[in-house]
Amino acid sequence: METVAATGEGTKPDAASALSPGTLAALCGVGKIFPNGVAAVRALDLDIKAGEFLAVLGPSGCGKSTALRMLAGLILPSQGSIVWREERAPGDLSFVFQEPTLMPWATVTGNVRLPLMLLGRDKETAAPRVRQTLERVGLATFAKAYPRELSGGMQMRVSIARALVTDPRLLLMDEPFAALDEITRFRLNNDLLTLWRELSKTVVFVTHSVFESVYLAQRIVVMTPRPGRIFDEIVIDAPYPRDESFRTSAEYAALCRKVSQALAAAVAKSGA
Amino acid sequence: MIDRALRILLPIIALALAVLAWHLVVRIKEIPPFVLPSPGLVFATLISDWPILGASLATTLLTTLEGFLLAVFGGVGLAVLFNQSRLAEYSFYPFAVILQVTPVVAIAPLLLVYLSQPAAVLACAWIVAFFPVLANATLGLNSVDRNLVDLFRLYGASRWQILRYLKLPAALPYILGGVRIAGGLALIGAVVAEIAAGSAGAGSGLAFRIAESGYRLNAPRMFAALLLLSLTGVVIFFALTLLSQLLLRHWHESAQQQQA
Repeated sequence: METVAATGEGTKPDAASALSPGTLAALCGVGKIFPNGVAAVRALDLDIKAGEFLAVLGPSGCGKSTALRMLAGLILPSQGSIVWREERAPGDLSFVFQEPTLMPWATVTGNVRLPLMLLGRDKETAAPRVRQTLERVGLATFAKAYPRELSGGMQMRVSIARALVTDPRLLLMDEPFAALDEITRFRLNNDLLTLWRELSKTVVFVTHSVFESVYLAQRIVVMTPRPGRIFDEIVIDAPYPRDESFRTSAEYAALCRKVSQALAAAVAKSGA
Repeated sequence: MIDRALRILLPIIALALAVLAWHLVVRIKEIPPFVLPSPGLVFATLISDWPILGASLATTLLTTLEGFLLAVFGGVGLAVLFNQSRLAEYSFYPFAVILQVTPVVAIAPLLLVYLSQPAAVLACAWIVAFFPVLANATLGLNSVDRNLVDLFRLYGASRWQILRYLKLPAALPYILGGVRIAGGLALIGAVVAEIAAGSAGAGSGLAFRIAESGYRLNAPRMFAALLLLSLTGVVIFFALTLLSQLLLRHWHESAQQQQA
């Protein structure tokens, strides 16, 4: 069953079948011009392969968040189209924001249950799934806590649990760990990799950190400053599981240097 | 611990000293009761006149409560309507502002022409009290985390779901702030309308008793009625503060100060 659920102009009915094998979704010539005239993204072509861990790396304000939001369907592209291999259904895609973005009036359980509730599942049928997801992110004992009682790292875990609770195929993450301290960020990086490997999700991870992108991703897409375009694509073929020994290896350092140079070149090219 | 004791004890001591000073001034200066009654006499009047004052208190309380409830539901309801429909907001918000900025004392005589007296008093209480609820609820409904709205949209939430599960809970601290103001204002609105109505010849609320006692130079009863009004205001304030604390204790910063 190959159907199109795309937005914007120029979508052909057979667009989905034009996707190369193993592609989950593709951005085809996507551009975004905001009503105030700012061109955030221009002529973006990007294939997202099923099951991959893709990092989108770029300086602040390069439109990488905009691209992610268009992929999520939260904003419509001004040009181009987004093609999906299979018709999208609510809950098969989830989004993790820069901030934990939790409802402060609801408990951890209430926050994680939210997507299921919005999809029409009642409390009783949702409960086992919520509990199981909380266990997976190591928060089972905090089920009844309120967000304000948790540390920043734990709040982010709740946010990730909420994103996983519908068992989505695609996980979109918009600089989720940027506001955390380094120790917490490293731990969440490791936990995220474990989750990705165990649950075999597709992850698109937006970041401005070279080190984070190299540590996590199989493939890094480097974007230029506004209007954001793809400047370079670097494959990180270091094997998983990656851990602290990878983080301190010469291979990691060399890869970081390579990606840093690509990023610097991307910034220099736009003259910013 | 000492700080806590002081917070409770000091106001009581200060209040007792003030009453004592009042008593001594009346006693030493030999002020006649129709000018300034002593606190003892006010208290005695409160008890002896209770059949009249109690009934008046009940009348004023009922008006205040009705005006307050109408203000809360009307204010929140209107804020929700304005939030859902920009056309409704553009069309009707000016009316709300006009009602708010026109002094209620000036509106009361007009209302008494068109409405029966209890209805006019109630309308005054409502007019004064509803605007802070509307203004605060509007602010609250518009202060929702944009990312949370996006999250709800991502899972295909309906407008009703966004309102019920996101906007209203997020606006609750703001609404409760408006409600606390409205509680005091409903009393003020009721009193103002009763005084305006009192000069028209009817009525039986506490404010009417004050006006009536004023004409009769019955100062002790004036003070007794005034005391009841003050106590009513204080009780309303504390009741609404308590409600706010209970509803927000788990999650909102405003309800956390007590523990600090």
